[in-house]
Amino acid sequence: MSLASVTDTKLSRRSLLKGSAAAAGAFSFGFAIPVTSEAQAQGAVPEINAWVVVHPDDKVVIRIARSEMGQGTLTGLAQLVAEELDCDWAKVTTEYPTPGQNLARNRVWGNFSTGGSRGVRESHEYVRKGGAAARMMLVQAAADGWKVPAAECSAIKGVITHKGSGRSIRYGEVAAAATKLQAPAPANVPLKDPKDWTIAGKPLKRLDTADKTTGKKIYGMDFTLPGMLNAAIKDCPVFGGKVKSFDAAKIKDMPGVKHVLPVGDSAIAVVADTWWRAKTALDALPITWDEGEHAKVSSESIAAWLKEGLDAPQAAVGNQNGDVKGAIANAARVIEQVYSYPFQNHACMEVMNATALYTPERCEVWTPTQNGEAALAAASEASGLPLAKCEAYKIDLGGGFGRRGAVHDWVRQVVAIAKQIPGTPVKLIWSREEDMLHGRFHPVTQCKLTGALDKDGNLTGLHLRISGQSIVAGIFPQNIQNGRDPAVFQGLNPPGPEASIGYTVPNLLIDHAMRNPHVPPGFWRGVNLNQNTIYLECFIDELAHAAGKDPLEFRRALMKNHPKHLAVLNAVAEKAGWGSKPPEGVYRGICQTMGFGSYVAAVAEVSVDAQGKLKIHKITAATDPGHAVNPAQIERQVEGSFVYGLSAALFGECTVKDGRMVEENFDTYPVVRMEDMPAVETIIVPSGGFWGGVGEPTIAVAAPAVLNAIFAATGKRVRNLPLKNTDLRKA
Amino acid sequence: MAKLSINGKTIEVAVEDDTPLLWVIREQIGLTGTKYGCGVAQCGACTVHIDGVATRSCSMPVSALTAGQKIVTIEGLSTDGNHPIQKAWIEHDVPQCGFCQSGMIMAAAALLQSNPKPSDADIAAEITNICRCGTYNRVKAAIKDVAAGGQMNRG
Repeated sequence: MSLASVTDTKLSRRSLLKGSAAAAGAFSFGFAIPVTSEAQAQGAVPEINAWVVVHPDDKVVIRIARSEMGQGTLTGLAQLVAEELDCDWAKVTTEYPTPGQNLARNRVWGNFSTGGSRGVRESHEYVRKGGAAARMMLVQAAADGWKVPAAECSAIKGVITHKGSGRSIRYGEVAAAATKLQAPAPANVPLKDPKDWTIAGKPLKRLDTADKTTGKKIYGMDFTLPGMLNAAIKDCPVFGGKVKSFDAAKIKDMPGVKHVLPVGDSAIAVVADTWWRAKTALDALPITWDEGEHAKVSSESIAAWLKEGLDAPQAAVGNQNGDVKGAIANAARVIEQVYSYPFQNHACMEVMNATALYTPERCEVWTPTQNGEAALAAASEASGLPLAKCEAYKIDLGGGFGRRGAVHDWVRQVVAIAKQIPGTPVKLIWSREEDMLHGRFHPVTQCKLTGALDKDGNLTGLHLRISGQSIVAGIFPQNIQNGRDPAVFQGLNPPGPEASIGYTVPNLLIDHAMRNPHVPPGFWRGVNLNQNTIYLECFIDELAHAAGKDPLEFRRALMKNHPKHLAVLNAVAEKAGWGSKPPEGVYRGICQTMGFGSYVAAVAEVSVDAQGKLKIHKITAATDPGHAVNPAQIERQVEGSFVYGLSAALFGECTVKDGRMVEENFDTYPVVRMEDMPAVETIIVPSGGFWGGVGEPTIAVAAPAVLNAIFAATGKRVRNLPLKNTDLRKA
Repeated sequence: MAKLSINGKTIEVAVEDDTPLLWVIREQIGLTGTKYGCGVAQCGACTVHIDGVATRSCSMPVSALTAGQKIVTIEGLSTDGNHPIQKAWIEHDVPQCGFCQSGMIMAAAALLQSNPKPSDADIAAEITNICRCGTYNRVKAAIKDVAAGGQMNRG
């Protein structure tokens, strides 16, 4: 089962069951289905098909189902549609269909979920076919007007030309006629060979930059409605706890306060004219919590439980060949080490927020979300109204990183608040502290690795035992089968197209002893590939040193059957000059992995001074995503992924004490800033033939490349993340 | 009641004395380009200029300000997004999600005003705003581009 298939939302599954075509995973294009969007009902929108609107002035509106959160998917997906549409890129704008429209139109836009680096790789075929079919209809409309065969006509940059007569006409002039034509069947819509691309595959600038430089762009936090009130909220800081009592009388006369409302059985919201007044009153509100059964849990108690799992007899197997026990028993040398990875918060720059308007007849929500359909489902469930009486409007995200995808806890909260003040719109904004205390945290795990070397230093056996938390068990427990979470083994899977291990080891066992603490886990950019790559790639480095071999050569010897993994490793080694002498005091580390459909590798160059201060000078990264839809945006994703990955490696740690998180803001939860940022050189080596993601895979190589370089520099092996807890001064 | 000079206009607002400038700007005046990120002057998303100095407005109570102090927000940085820094931001395609970028741009503009030729070390020391998407290297490139072109010194 792929990561995608175990991480789909409730709504997706439910609505997938609605139609047999959709259930088969091959939803129809719906080019000719009845149009029900409000604008279309007014007859104002010249919609060629679900993906493409062409206005009389040639302006092209491309509909985008996935959410833009900084990763550039809006631009990349538009490029794919525009490429096949053969329109003028300068005239392209984009818009989001709403989740409600998608449901009403039998999910014509497919999956809205924007996570797992799936935006392009999961939808490239049908969005390109959408663009190509629209082009065919526009060309047909022109040909019909000229009374010539469509095959004699061609389109370039939004202008259709008839070969024989030399006549030409603009898309805008035939759009109205094209809307009346029958759509071609998807099977009869050919796609271009990527080598012929002129818009896709090019390093185009983003479509959405200008308003981000002037403050004009409206994020969820900035959204307003007439007569809107503002809400601040506190949920019980101990996960699973409840509200015991609160004294609303104490704050009811504070400035601006309108309502003090319970939200479910675990939270209290204050609603006021402004958010600042709501927050100020909430901070003054006496609340007594029933902290529940987890009030004594700590990071130490969780670590002790996970440690026990490292040797537990029961474990789910993720990858296995040969006889690892025998290999270890017969080894010339056995190396064994334990690694660990902490809880981490997504810490999006924009805290969780949503605006809701509830009446007994209808519930509407405006929110930044990675999955509009899941937001709609949350609104429906929290309001008690059917999906058809609800709507969710997506707003571009001030960061998502997985926090705004699978779980829409803040949407449920705002609807619960709105339901208590029917007819009045209300915007809920979490404080940063609430956001830090109530994340959906990167899962906590430990890993024991046992390696068997023969007398020549060859790796004959490897056992990798993961103990700890399962995200899928926390969010989609119905997808756990026989105690096995397939997503736990990201980057360690058997050979295949998704998250496969890049080494052949004669005797291999990778297994997982699930231990789920009470802290709610979430999909955190890079997901399980992050810690798994640290575990495997740092330990491979340890084995190479134990065998007295160069870390690159030691890897290469295990990678003969993994040419794509090897190709990115070789690319990065060559570019970074692995084997050449680095500048005085600078040391290198190398690693590779595969996940989210792409192959990635990195070399880090670091120095550590006498005071133990680390300087990361440069990271060279190679990525093979199969096809590169926008190389300029891929470079930005790789650079950005290192900020995310290095923040995690250097600083990222949420500590549990008395059942709750300790770190409440950036003063105690530091992240990478300008001064920490290395130079990044990105090598894009698309080998074609497959479609991989780019938002997440390279995160996973940031930490192991740096940790391996730190070992080269200091002889210290950092096995417990984050790095801030380790003194790097030479012993 | 507080009297403030924001983007060249004098504005009276009825708020409690301890209301942070950020929330006056966002909720009383309705300029939402200035963002809330942390509330404790850590992240810089709320950066505005007060008499030309980059200031984290989330931790500046409105009572500490006088009408004589000139406050400039991202909306007042230029007439139509044509400040050299804004143009360099477009040229370098700097923003990703964009949420931190108002603050980043205000911090960069103030830096170049006081130090038209900043070194890499100056930039790292002065631009301490948090960006979770990871635009730092392009922020730096855009700042250096403006510095190299000397646009900040030209009328």
